[in-house]
Amino acid sequence: MADKILEVNHLKKYFDTPRGVLHAVDDVSFSIERGKTLGVVGESGCGKSTTGRAILRLIEPTSGEVLFEGKNILELNKKQMRHLRQEMQIIFQDPYSSLDPRKSIAELIAEPLEIHGIIKDKKEREKRVLELMETVGLAERLVNTYPHELDGGRRQRIGIARALALNPKFIVCDEPVSALDVSIQAQILNLLEELQEKLGLTYIFITHDLSVVNHFADDIAVMYLGQLVEKAESEALFEKPLHPYTEALLSAIPVPSLRNRRKRIVLKGEITSPVNLPECCHFAPRCPYATEECFASSPELREVEPNHFVACHKVK
Amino acid sequence: MSKNMKATSAKPKKRSQFQETMRRLSKNRSAMLGLAIILVVILISVGASIFYDYDTQVIAQVGDRLVKPCWQHPFGTDELGRDIFTRVLYGARYSLSVSFVAVLVSLIIGVPLGAIAGFCGGVIENLIMRFNDILLALPSIFTAIAIVSALGKSTLNLMIAVGVCSICTFTQVTRSAVLTVRNNEYVEAARALGATNLHIIFQHILPNCLAPIIVQTTFRMGQAIISAASLSFLGLGIPLPAPEWGAMLSAGRNYLLGYSYMTMFPGLALLITVIAFNMVGDGLRDALDPKLKH
Amino acid sequence: MSEIMKNDDIVLQVEDLRVEYHTDESLVKAVNGIDLTVRRNQTLGLVGETGAGKTTTALSIMNLIPDQVGVIAGGSITLEGKKTLEMSDEEMNHIRGKDVAMIFQDPMTALNPVTTVGDQIAEALRIHEGLDKKAAAEKAGKMLEVVGIPAERANEYPHQFSGGMKQRVVIAIGLSCNPHLLIADEPTTALDVTIQAQVLEIMQELKEKFQMSMIMITHDLGIVAEICDEVSVMYAGRIVEHGTLEDVFEHTKHPYTEGLFNSLPDINDRSRKLTPIPGLMPDPANLPQGCAFAPRCRYATEECTKAVPEKRWISDTHYVACSAYDDPAFHIERKVD
Repeated sequence: MADKILEVNHLKKYFDTPRGVLHAVDDVSFSIERGKTLGVVGESGCGKSTTGRAILRLIEPTSGEVLFEGKNILELNKKQMRHLRQEMQIIFQDPYSSLDPRKSIAELIAEPLEIHGIIKDKKEREKRVLELMETVGLAERLVNTYPHELDGGRRQRIGIARALALNPKFIVCDEPVSALDVSIQAQILNLLEELQEKLGLTYIFITHDLSVVNHFADDIAVMYLGQLVEKAESEALFEKPLHPYTEALLSAIPVPSLRNRRKRIVLKGEITSPVNLPECCHFAPRCPYATEECFASSPELREVEPNHFVACHKVK
Repeated sequence: MSKNMKATSAKPKKRSQFQETMRRLSKNRSAMLGLAIILVVILISVGASIFYDYDTQVIAQVGDRLVKPCWQHPFGTDELGRDIFTRVLYGARYSLSVSFVAVLVSLIIGVPLGAIAGFCGGVIENLIMRFNDILLALPSIFTAIAIVSALGKSTLNLMIAVGVCSICTFTQVTRSAVLTVRNNEYVEAARALGATNLHIIFQHILPNCLAPIIVQTTFRMGQAIISAASLSFLGLGIPLPAPEWGAMLSAGRNYLLGYSYMTMFPGLALLITVIAFNMVGDGLRDALDPKLKH
Repeated sequence: MSEIMKNDDIVLQVEDLRVEYHTDESLVKAVNGIDLTVRRNQTLGLVGETGAGKTTTALSIMNLIPDQVGVIAGGSITLEGKKTLEMSDEEMNHIRGKDVAMIFQDPMTALNPVTTVGDQIAEALRIHEGLDKKAAAEKAGKMLEVVGIPAERANEYPHQFSGGMKQRVVIAIGLSCNPHLLIADEPTTALDVTIQAQVLEIMQELKEKFQMSMIMITHDLGIVAEICDEVSVMYAGRIVEHGTLEDVFEHTKHPYTEGLFNSLPDINDRSRKLTPIPGLMPDPANLPQGCAFAPRCRYATEECTKAVPEKRWISDTHYVACSAYDDPAFHIERKVD
């Protein structure tokens, strides 16, 4: 058996809105092996960020199970949960709003250490901060600057240093590079990769950018309107996407090359609102292959090939 | 990448948020003018007894009543023969101290109430804010009159009365600031690190709410001076014969036709001080707005 | 597409454009002498990262540089034979929207929330085409249909549309007066991939249909590959490489262009290691001496820091601003196979 660090079973998060119940995450199950990266892909509003936050209980899930190293973390009390946060961390998308503008770099990176009282001695703590800055490639001279004086790439490095400060085993990366320029994006991706190798980290990598996730993740889960529609190893998914949505998504990526271009499938329509969804395949209204069956019942996630799961009536 | 950076330069000087704000404030001419006026008023109120002795200048010289402005009495004398210039200088002391203590009272009560309402939400927020609505619904001068008549006429009671009237402003401002800051991602980030609510409130939320509270404080100082003067004008303020600006206006109104200088000078003093506070408040609001950083 | 092309085939000619921003503390040189040529029915891609000066260039063409701080310090812009920089505001208003239109990145803020989308399209028509209310409304409905929105929805307000739909409305406004040149500033950056594909397809279709030229400003080389004919790569306010799609993608010359390609994950080869460009974009208020890219360039020599490199023509259509090419043996590592 593979060593599963995290297992998510039937995770649901519903929000009550004036227009009805919003199914942000609707019965999602998956697991991640230690030291691997699971990419979670989807378009805005598909529930990928909510999933990431629900796993960390930054948003309280409506129901389901999140097993971290075998323990269901949804049953922990506040204090136990705070303690567990040392092992599970998150890197945020927006390096501009996720850092307190009134704190200097040193204060920001020292904050997790202070919260958990890990290093009491002030000198020692300073040493650890500098060490962390070195790890993420921040020059020592920046130690007293404030976030607004730095560019997006450096700010994201601060976010990474904060996440690493507690020596976590597992990190949710919520679109960590989508606010950055291409040349900086590659720097951060490489840094995350190096850290994974060096520290044996496990990542959930949430993104809308398929070319990034293909490069970065071992497994990929594709979400559509709160549900997991396909999950497979990256190579398998890119080589042979089974779900029509995945297929369209892959074909829509603009490829920066004049050769081996994919034929683009342009989907009709737009993502429907996740409020008051009917009991059917949520993708059916936009699906080029949809038949009556698809509007009649909602497909289960099945393992059609070893390690390749898909939720579609049409895939046999 | 980090290695070659390290060699290039030494740590830059730490430039705090405060210095940054002051730098921007110093570029705002009207705010600086306002600040200068306030400083002068503070100096006068602190040093009035050094420049002029109230006993020798006012009490001892009683006699020449209703003298028009001249060299000896730059602002003239009042109906009892007291030197108005000296009285205006001394009045600054009352006006400033009343407004200062009053605003302090409302800060101490209003800010925590607003912070609790904004952070806790739910029933607690509802209770606090509805109580606030009641305070807002009453014209503040009535509230103040009611408080003074209930507690009795004294300087301290005047301060309390004026202070209570502006509690609701601070509650509102703090609550809305907390609500905005609370939804920032860095608060969620702190929670993800395992921070407790107390840590989040004191380390992240309150420091980021300071800007609107500081601005409001400045505006309220000006307002409090007017409120105190109004109460004194109505005879509910600092007991006579203290040279409070409002009381001086009140005394002067009987002589408005022939001796308008009696009301003009204390009125001008009041006006200039209040405008100065408002100018500083405006300047601070701009200087503290992070959106105008560039 | 050779140099000998006749002048009337050129819709827009920008020569040696320089734009500066004056702030309290510094002088920001946003655009430092760029040349652009847009030919009829062609799409020019303007590629670069944040702060490269792409949007400033676009705003200069529209003559919309913010008054107080921005200064066009030099150069000329010729649109359909007219020098736009010498025009009065009134003359410019006449051209804006009619001869040249611009689509902004964020469709959410580009639309007026209290006016129906139909009225917003009709407004441009009434100003430029002099149509009466009824005719303008009719044409507005037609324009909506052109971008794939049912004409009945003309009476709805922007908040009733999704992001992709709003961007289509913005495109409809841009195209309503049949401009010769459309400047699209990152039109799909705020949109999801599948919606982006829809919008790009519509823009492509409409370009053919309306016989327009287009400037596509983007940071995404993938989009360039899909819809552009020529590309200019911008860095720190200068064009470092320009050529046809094939020139730039298959025969890449400038080290910065190479760096951009190497920073991108390859969707067909997931094991390839990313090679980021080291360092950061220079501060436009404090540009380095000589070639602005030299501090980040792995081929840089001392020569590079001495003078700003001039254009070196590789072929009739392809130039690169890099002094390394004075050595005929020089080549960058990137190869397209």
